[in-house]
Amino acid sequence: MLNVESLTKSFGAGAAVDSVSFTLGQGEVVGFLGQNGAGKSTTMRMICGVLDPDAGDAQLQGRSILTDRLEAQRLIGYLPEGAPLYHDMTPVEFLHFLGACHGLGRATLRAATDRVIADARIGDVARRRIAGLSKGYRRRVALAGALLTDPPVLLLDEPMDGLDPVQKQAMRALIARMAGDKAILISTHTLDEVATMCSRAIILDHGRIVADLAPEALARQHELGLEAAFVELVSARRRPS
Amino acid sequence: MKRSLQRVLIGVKAGWQREIRAYFATPLAYLFLAIFLFTLSIFTWDVSGFFDSGAADLAPFFSWHPWLYLLFMPALAMRLWSEESQSGTRELLLSLPVSLTGLVIGKLLAAWTVAAIALILTFPWWISVNYLGPADNTAIALSYAMSWIMAGAYLSLGAMVSALTTSAVIAFVVGVVSAFLLTAAGWPVVSTSIRGLLGPAAADTLAAFSLLTHFETAQRGILDLSSLFYFLSLSVLMVSLNILLIQYRRRSGQ
Repeated sequence: MLNVESLTKSFGAGAAVDSVSFTLGQGEVVGFLGQNGAGKSTTMRMICGVLDPDAGDAQLQGRSILTDRLEAQRLIGYLPEGAPLYHDMTPVEFLHFLGACHGLGRATLRAATDRVIADARIGDVARRRIAGLSKGYRRRVALAGALLTDPPVLLLDEPMDGLDPVQKQAMRALIARMAGDKAILISTHTLDEVATMCSRAIILDHGRIVADLAPEALARQHELGLEAAFVELVSARRRPS
Repeated sequence: MKRSLQRVLIGVKAGWQREIRAYFATPLAYLFLAIFLFTLSIFTWDVSGFFDSGAADLAPFFSWHPWLYLLFMPALAMRLWSEESQSGTRELLLSLPVSLTGLVIGKLLAAWTVAAIALILTFPWWISVNYLGPADNTAIALSYAMSWIMAGAYLSLGAMVSALTTSAVIAFVVGVVSAFLLTAAGWPVVSTSIRGLLGPAAADTLAAFSLLTHFETAQRGILDLSSLFYFLSLSVLMVSLNILLIQYRRRSGQ
């Protein structure tokens, strides 16, 4: 479903993302791990067409984000870092705006809005101004936006950020429910989430992939478990040789 | 071709709806309309002595339009793109399968709609001039139409400038300065100085690019096609620059 080929991006002298390649198939939930500044968000932004790569490409069901951008973007649901929203709108108005951008018809949009409001559990705030909502609700409104067209590929940048434990559990359940027919890439710092939700973990360090394997296999690499394996991998490049 | 046009139209509609909602969901549009109408009335009535002239025409009213537009249109356009960058919603917009050209045009059209409402709300002046005597209503209608088209040129400049920065205040200041330069080049006070400094050829060339110069015939109710072409060309140029700037920022990651 998603084929990322040698994505590269530099800001100034250093490479933020350095020749990153991976594939995501239907039914896969992949954890995208790395320290702050490792290049996770930059990679996601290039995959969904927000940022042009210096080199490489991302193909969504064979459609290139470089040469067939709008058609490729139709296949992506993107939850950006920080969940940016229009604060003067209500969640329903926001979803209708996104639907208008996707060119959805009135009946389709109404049905899709009802579905994602239920999925993201935002029914009780659906007609309140976004400006007045808590961080957790805002994140769920942004998630509802990403799910609006039921896209086959989901890119979720820190989806659990700002959620309370109950909301996190609901989010995990929602991701598990959607996982069967979608390819989902989740950027996170929380290793427990990767262990419970993901079938694969990709670890980025200084813009390069340093590991791409199942969380259990990653944990087996280190006797102290997943976290210790992660720390060891991202520390390796800093060690004096 | 048909599909590309359809995508652009979807973008225009989405961009227009978004901005119209943003203008009227906050006091911004109402404040803009109130201050614009108040200022225009003061200038027309007091400074130009509209009722003292005894003439049944709106020339004193239209003569202030370029000068007020250079201040008010950047205020209307300042947040069109700067706010998207500042709040992070630009990232959301660019991730959507919507034409960037359509969005840029749609947002501009929303600001232009507010400018149209402002002009429509000046109708008491039109009624007043008919009350004073026999007025040339065709000429007045033409002046209104050209004023609105000129407002579009000022707005497209302001929108382009707002794509340069994440600060609405900076967008406003740079927008006003740019609009002032484009206006004042045709102002006799400035063109006389330029003539003295750089010679008549330079002064005439710069004046030919002034919005003030091109609006002079229109405010007398005369249709000058070259002026119409100038306003439209300037708008198209600014819209194109606006699109290029956003594309540049998508490439550079700024």
